[in-house]
Amino acid sequence: MKIQILGTGCPKCKKLAENAEAAAKDLGIAFEIEKVTDINEIMKFGVMMTPALAVDGKVKIVGKVPSADEIKKMLS
Amino acid sequence: MKWEEEWKKLAVIAIVFLVCFYLPVEYLQGWRRMKNAVWESLYLVRWYAQEHVLLCLIPAFFIAGAIAIFVSQESVMKYLGVKANKMLAYGVASVSGTILAVCSCTVLPLFAGIYRMGAGLGPACTFLYSGPAINVLAIILTARILGFELGMARAVTAIVFSIIIGLAMHFIFHKEEMEKTVGQADMPEPEVVRPLWQNAIFFALMVGVLVFANWGKPGEPTGFWHAVHSNKWIITGLFAAALGLVLIFWLKIPWFKIALTAAPTAILAAIFHREPMIPFAAGVVGLSWATSTDKGENSEWFAQSWGFAKQIMPLLFGGVLVAGFLLGRPGHEGLIPSEWVIKAVGGNSFFANFFASISGALMYFATLTEVPILQGLLGSGMGKGPALALLLTGPALSLPNMLVIYSVMGAKKTTAFISLVVVMATVTGLIYGAIFG
Repeated sequence: MKIQILGTGCPKCKKLAENAEAAAKDLGIAFEIEKVTDINEIMKFGVMMTPALAVDGKVKIVGKVPSADEIKKMLS
Repeated sequence: MKWEEEWKKLAVIAIVFLVCFYLPVEYLQGWRRMKNAVWESLYLVRWYAQEHVLLCLIPAFFIAGAIAIFVSQESVMKYLGVKANKMLAYGVASVSGTILAVCSCTVLPLFAGIYRMGAGLGPACTFLYSGPAINVLAIILTARILGFELGMARAVTAIVFSIIIGLAMHFIFHKEEMEKTVGQADMPEPEVVRPLWQNAIFFALMVGVLVFANWGKPGEPTGFWHAVHSNKWIITGLFAAALGLVLIFWLKIPWFKIALTAAPTAILAAIFHREPMIPFAAGVVGLSWATSTDKGENSEWFAQSWGFAKQIMPLLFGGVLVAGFLLGRPGHEGLIPSEWVIKAVGGNSFFANFFASISGALMYFATLTEVPILQGLLGSGMGKGPALALLLTGPALSLPNMLVIYSVMGAKKTTAFISLVVVMATVTGLIYGAIFG
């Protein structure tokens, strides 16, 4: 599973990355986390509000930082 | 060991070492202006801590946090997306900065998104300019410290001119073809937890507490302003009580938590009726406990507010120290002599306004730091017109952010945008200085 965190690097984006990593580890699935910080790259996902999270290329969360539990529910 | 990468770090270390090696400590010790500057800096920090943090900043953080969580950002985005009504988009873009740009790092991605995928260049530029300029926390602190007139002027002119700038950009570049990339991703429909009027009242009550707790003492001991000031704590208390009820009934915080907060606050208010900060602090502590221990939206609200506090307090602290050191408190000098300030930006000449505009455009101001810096400048003799000019370019532009804008819009549009901002700020400063200066 490829998890991409879209954001320019502010505290919210880092928190989203941490929560996503915790969620994926808890679920015990093989995953790869990538941080996308370039604005033009972020726009290619069709995302306007950061931070955002995409799983295997599809955007699942926009503009929020859900908790690790909420991300777990979404990933499983 | 790659020298191409490491040489910069080595250069910095070497320069810092040389400065320390040759530091003229004896000269600095004897330099009276330097000594004064240090004390001024500490005086200013204390003044901020005593006068503004508890009664103004903390409520402002709660308000900003509430905006971030309770106001549906998705519904605002609908007006700025690709299907938006273009005329409406300008209006929404000019004020939505208060709702969407509460975190300064979201401004640039949003701008890029609106430009390439949403309503287009015009509304994007409107948003780019007004977003940082009408940041809720900044307006509150500006009004509180630099005066209500300047605070209102900042908010109103930012909104009006952001629309003008956006429209200007749209007309200038209207013939060029804009490549629109991939369409906007589908955003989930926001669930309506609370009707709009309830949210409105909730916000109004919080703003009420903020406004009345900070109601300034007027010059004359008569009139409406004075009557309000004499009773400000009673009025604040009433707003707080109403807020408590809203928290119980609409935000669903358990009533006993509110009661456990209200009781000590009321008792402390009675005992320490000359020190309103004590019961106010108790109220803040209680509210923090009640929200952070709740599940769901309320704890998110507290988490957002706390996040802002963590992010902004250190920056503001640093900004105040630097501003105090360089410019001193109003009426006192820091390191920079007042004559220099007056020569550069005193009065209301075209040069003063223009110089203030350009400096603001190039300088980077971390969130809220423009307030203590401007306070220092005004105290050292800066004119009100140039002050407004600086407020209108400072937060919105800086060298680093010009580079990012360039990467999104390209050189021609970026230059046009920056020129429009500087010209507009200069003119607005001139007009404001003429009327209110």
